Amino acid sequence: MMIFRLAIKNLLGAGMRTWLNVVVTSFSFTIIIFFNAMYNGMRQDTLRILLDTEVAGGQLWHPEYDPFDPLTIEDSHSIISEELQKMVAGNEAMPVLVRQATFYMNGRSSVGLMKGIPPGQEIVRMPLKVIGDYSGDYIPVVIGSGMSKKTGLRKGDLFTVRWLDALRTYDADEFEVAEVIKLDNYRLDRGVIWLSLEKMRELLQMPGEVTYIVLKRDHAFNNQADSFIYKDIEYFMKDIDSAIEADQVWARTIFGLLLIMASLGIFNSQVLSIFRRKKEIGTLMALGMTRQRIVRLFTLEGGLHSVLALFVGALYGTPLFYYLATRGITIPYGEEAGIISTGSLYPVFGPQLIFGTMLLVAGVVTVVSFLPARKIANMQPTEALRGKIS
Amino acid sequence: MGKIVVEVKGLIKDFPIADRLFRALKGITINIAEGEFMGIVGPSGSGKTTLLNIIGGLDSPTEGTVSVLGLSLIGKSNKELADLRKNGIGFIFQGYNLLPVYTVYENVEFPLLLLNVDSNKRDKMVREAIEWVDLSDKIKSKPAQLSGGESQRVAIARSIVKRPPLVIADELTANLDAKNSHRIMKILLGLNKEIGTTFIFATHDEKVMGYLSRIISIVDGKIESDKFFDRNELREKV
Ligand SMILES: Nc1ncnc2c1ncn2[C@@H]1O[C@H](COP(=O)(O)OP(=O)(O)O)[C@@H](O)[C@H]1O
Ligand SMILES: [Mg+2]
Repeated sequence: MMIFRLAIKNLLGAGMRTWLNVVVTSFSFTIIIFFNAMYNGMRQDTLRILLDTEVAGGQLWHPEYDPFDPLTIEDSHSIISEELQKMVAGNEAMPVLVRQATFYMNGRSSVGLMKGIPPGQEIVRMPLKVIGDYSGDYIPVVIGSGMSKKTGLRKGDLFTVRWLDALRTYDADEFEVAEVIKLDNYRLDRGVIWLSLEKMRELLQMPGEVTYIVLKRDHAFNNQADSFIYKDIEYFMKDIDSAIEADQVWARTIFGLLLIMASLGIFNSQVLSIFRRKKEIGTLMALGMTRQRIVRLFTLEGGLHSVLALFVGALYGTPLFYYLATRGITIPYGEEAGIISTGSLYPVFGPQLIFGTMLLVAGVVTVVSFLPARKIANMQPTEALRGKIS
Repeated sequence: MGKIVVEVKGLIKDFPIADRLFRALKGITINIAEGEFMGIVGPSGSGKTTLLNIIGGLDSPTEGTVSVLGLSLIGKSNKELADLRKNGIGFIFQGYNLLPVYTVYENVEFPLLLLNVDSNKRDKMVREAIEWVDLSDKIKSKPAQLSGGESQRVAIARSIVKRPPLVIADELTANLDAKNSHRIMKILLGLNKEIGTTFIFATHDEKVMGYLSRIISIVDGKIESDKFFDRNELREKV
């Protein structure tokens, strides 16, 4: 307690130099917290969108289905078990049929996916009600705004779709864009057209067939024996988590640089302070303080930079973070970025993040404070009292 | 003579200089009794500071024995020497050596904090020590706001506040004018009379010598003379 009082007085007594170090150290605090809060926010945003639009209570995949391998899609569909059929009938699950198709529009062709779902379903946010209400002469589809932008297709536009049906013969028909909707999830948007499941089964001649099932949130399904394979939300988050992980490499580099900057300042101050205050160190020894205790005093003095930095950081960080966390940050994601986001990011500042960062910064600062202070342990009292360079 | 407070026998101190050794103390033998008000005098470079440092446990002898307050200093650990200083010795330096971030009060309080004296008792002792040196009106000042004489009086209060049996003062008047030097010596003589603290000075200041009841003069690391003086008249006055 006594050395704490002396340490804080010495630290504050150093004035400008201390505050410079403190401000630089506070940047480490706030920037590390801010970046991590952004990642947290990004992850939570993604998680929410994925649950909302795609995963709900988890998916059950046809054993052959692999969304990353278009070649398997031809064969990855079958009629589902009775138990699943019952769930579908009870609106506890949503069947999805997926098929590769070629789209012809504006004189160009591209390969994409047709996905059929029941237009009235309420398990995921994929509003196809317009399809049910459609009264035109073509086959109504809904596309995402990203797809619309990329292909130039607008509401009311017509285009031709060609596909391979169950009998492995090509067939084609004229489709109409019944609606363009904003889908925050590029995986449901990019190269995908959405149509009514029943219509699609009819076109493909695949009655009752399903590629995967989306279970309702808080579903009661627990049949491990079903041939369809269960994929939970963690499975879908894996991609995002590893993308964030990869992104964090450079963020960590920045954190490292920030910590190095703060450390250099404090290290330098410590060296200078021990050099300039040699006589004071000698005096403390003469007064009967052990060298270990003086080392602790100087280490504490340096380490306290992190405590002051915490206060200073909180001073400007709290209102700033509060503002950002309530207002959100608009981030113009490119469609190519491959990020599932609403476009508005709300950083998430958890206690774990804040305490973890505090410990990290305080630890680093204490270590760099200790390194120069360690030298005091080898100082002779007489040498220190002379106050000259050894 | 009363109890022996400092016992130095055959003390030799060598300092390494370049590739050889320099002998700063060449066989010093002294006994200092409890309550003495004495000084080591001699020209600059004669070895006064070296001797005081060794007596204060701040430096170690090359040869010979030193025992202070009944504790032999030979082969003692840094911790044991620190404890001896903390408990038994007050230091007064030429350059005052006050802690710049502390007020007068806090500077004087510091030795008591090291000794974990409880706060009520501590406050009483600190105020009393500050009264002795007549600085009660400067209690909240920082060292930078004090004159040299005032600073040295704070240093005196700090050295005496824990009522140590021994106070070591090295060239304490070197930075002070005559008036302040006399004032300080009178304060110290008064404390010596009142609480019986043993004082060892190192000085080449005639004004200081005038107060000492024993003067050991050393030249070139050797004792040249050891004389006692009657200062009863002075002692009466303080
Ligand atoms: N650490 C040291 N290294 C080398 N020589 C020293 C050291 N300390 C003192 N000396 C030498 O020892 C002699 C006595 O010094 P000191 O005790 O400081 O004398 P005084 O205090 O009487 O002026 C001087 O010649 C000084 O140069
Ligand atoms: Mg000297």
